Amino acid sequence: MLKIDKSHYEALRCHGEETYPYECCGVLLGTMNGEQRIVTSTARCGNTRDDSPHNRYHIDPRELVRIQREGRERGEDIVGFYHSHPDHPARWSPTDLAEAHWFSCSYVITSVAKGKAEVTNSFELSGSDEADKKFVDEKIEIGELESKPQGRAS
Amino acid sequence: MAKIQIPTPLRQYTNKQESIEIKASTVGDALSGLLAKHPDLRRHLYTEDGKLRAFVNVYLNDEDIRYLQKEATTIKDSDNISIVPSIAGGARQ
Repeated sequence: MLKIDKSHYEALRCHGEETYPYECCGVLLGTMNGEQRIVTSTARCGNTRDDSPHNRYHIDPRELVRIQREGRERGEDIVGFYHSHPDHPARWSPTDLAEAHWFSCSYVITSVAKGKAEVTNSFELSGSDEADKKFVDEKIEIGELESKPQGRAS
Repeated sequence: MAKIQIPTPLRQYTNKQESIEIKASTVGDALSGLLAKHPDLRRHLYTEDGKLRAFVNVYLNDEDIRYLQKEATTIKDSDNISIVPSIAGGARQ
């Protein structure tokens, strides 16, 4: 299950509206507690897929190294990622699965229709290796957690 | 000793350690040392023919080792090596 503060939840949905008609992407930071991933901050990332940004995303690993380091300094781990599907359902695509490698992390997808964020779903990348990996639907619990500064623009 | 940062999905293979300190003179030596301590990591980082998997990025501090001397890149004791699986996807099939 993914536990996320309402402000962070709204921030990642807004990000998808801001980048429409292109896909947005970002990182969820927080703590892992058994099967729960608790988000305490989010980090916006740039989508480096200039060739097809309306239906592809890619996060520069250098940006990820920085986000991981800054999170570590605050006692946070990377617990998941988010991106948007402009004018497309909030379901994972075969490409999303093929390109997913962070096991036991959450992959959050928001459908953005005509510029407006609609459905947001989360999927846990389950399995033990590339051969048996799969996405499993997971519940998003939206709460009023004690939050840290969030939404650092990149 | 150089420090290797382990990403969250791979910590199940390092006894939940977030980082591992290794004495080594190159990135390749450091990764070999890491695998000697935690052999279950191998199949997640390398293909069967011994090449780093395409989606596994290895950074020396803030530099991708592909643009340095790859695994032959020399390291200092104060260096941080980050293993960063790639993040990508998208709606189109």
